[in-house]
Amino acid sequence: MTTGPALRVRGIRKNFGEHAALDGVDLDVADGEVVTIIGPSGSGKSTLIRCVHQLETIDSGAIYLDDELLGHERRRGGLRPLSARRVAAQRSRMSMVFQQFHLIPHFTVLRNITEAPVRVHGRSREEAEAEARDLLARVGLADRAAHYPRQLSGGQQQRVAIARAVAARPRVMLFDEPTSALDPELVDEVLGVMRKLAGEGMTMVVVTHEIAFAREVADRCVFMEAGRIVESGTPDEMLTNPRTARLRSFLARHRDTDTTPQEPVS
Amino acid sequence: MAGPIPVTESRIPANPKTDDVALSRRRVRPWRVVAGAVLALVAVLLVHFLVTNPRLEWGVVAEYLFEPSVLSGLGTTVWLAVAATVVGAVVGAILAAAQMSQFPPVRWAATLYIGVFRGIPPLVQLIFWFNLAYLLPRISLGIPFGPEFVSWDANEVITPVTAAVIGLSLVESAYMAEIIRGGLLGVEQGQRDAARAMGLTPGQTFFRVVLPQAMRVIIPPGGSQFISVLKGTALVSVISMADLLHSVQVVYNRTYEIVPMLIVACLWYLAVVTLFTVGQRWLERHFSRGHTTGGLTRRPNKMTDGASA
Repeated sequence: MTTGPALRVRGIRKNFGEHAALDGVDLDVADGEVVTIIGPSGSGKSTLIRCVHQLETIDSGAIYLDDELLGHERRRGGLRPLSARRVAAQRSRMSMVFQQFHLIPHFTVLRNITEAPVRVHGRSREEAEAEARDLLARVGLADRAAHYPRQLSGGQQQRVAIARAVAARPRVMLFDEPTSALDPELVDEVLGVMRKLAGEGMTMVVVTHEIAFAREVADRCVFMEAGRIVESGTPDEMLTNPRTARLRSFLARHRDTDTTPQEPVS
Repeated sequence: MAGPIPVTESRIPANPKTDDVALSRRRVRPWRVVAGAVLALVAVLLVHFLVTNPRLEWGVVAEYLFEPSVLSGLGTTVWLAVAATVVGAVVGAILAAAQMSQFPPVRWAATLYIGVFRGIPPLVQLIFWFNLAYLLPRISLGIPFGPEFVSWDANEVITPVTAAVIGLSLVESAYMAEIIRGGLLGVEQGQRDAARAMGLTPGQTFFRVVLPQAMRVIIPPGGSQFISVLKGTALVSVISMADLLHSVQVVYNRTYEIVPMLIVACLWYLAVVTLFTVGQRWLERHFSRGHTTGGLTRRPNKMTDGASA
């Protein structure tokens, strides 16, 4: 492996019209590190990981995965955008878990998990299915392989989505508020699976409203506001002794409403 | 607002012996009785008319129903409708993609195409294509403004068959483009995100994830569209193509048995449309796989069975 960080984000900016969703963000994520991103709605947290995963293009800056520039190539002394197929290939080395799960409704649970390993990573169907059943067992859904996603509860769907994301054997896993669309009593089953993954050394970037989870699982916590990183550090020092007034007031507001408010996808 | 609720018997204090909705009787619905009687009367009148009117000449209908020339006309009608639908769906899909292009000139071209071929009556288009030879005496392949490789006499190329296929396909593709575009727009953006996030290429994303979901929305209007085209093929009789209508016209021009021969055509049109509708229902079920909550909306015992749909 490389000596540099697994993921490196350098000064990225992203505008939606006049609005600067990301206004110069730098972030390094080391191999095996778990970084949680907290911040108010519209602070750019989701946009940041969507840009990392190349679901959105960035307007300036650069993103590297294992020192490989994402989305562009150096050619004739300048940068050129990569073709959609090559971006897809780069993207396949990361995986993302969405707030709204986004399982493919006409695929069974098993097929949702095996699709990328078979179609993208060229594994045999038998191997992919065996691994998928194994992953389903690990998220506690061994008996749901033949179901369709709509037949499952939200918490179960999200656990399938996590199994799907792990099946791609990603270098980095990105989580976009994975528990925000869940009923409060279903949040813990999903956090439990994520806790296990973090314990196994998966490199993870987690956008979350769950302050308690951010504190418990993260190696590092990042607080964003208005498209910038305002504060970052180990969860203990940061969440116990916030340096900035803005983080202090954010935490104060969140202590009262720790069961995550529903936030629309940005 | 309604006035004060009148005091009825239900205001009487609860009686644990008789208060059980299982004991309630059916409500009398007088208007249903009236509607049923009217419908029955209409049905009787219709049957009476069909049976007793000698001008319907059912004997003639039976005699010509399986006449070889009629069956051959039926075959022409069906393959023409299928050909126009297949070509129309393929071209329509391309047009739908073009309309959603990021590159404006491609969008404009698609919009112009759809506007023109949807805006001119199909009958006019058919006659126009049939007379293409007047506008373009020779049809050739080659480099534009450069040398020609092959060329044909338009009078030989444009037969009733090619004029009919071209005309109907053009009209059909314009309608299918809108239907397909509507279906694609109906698939939520999150599905595209998820497919891309899995590392699927744009082609895989479209054919494996987006299109199957769009089909649910495309099939019902697409089926209506097929029925329209099937009936629309009757227009080709004006350019003397031997379709179903043309084949019965040939007979009644000779025998003057107009009404029974038209009934022959009607019966076949209805038969094909009915058969197709059955097929369409099957397709709809196929593409709605996974879109129902399955066990949760069906009978409760299915859920406890583990509903392995």
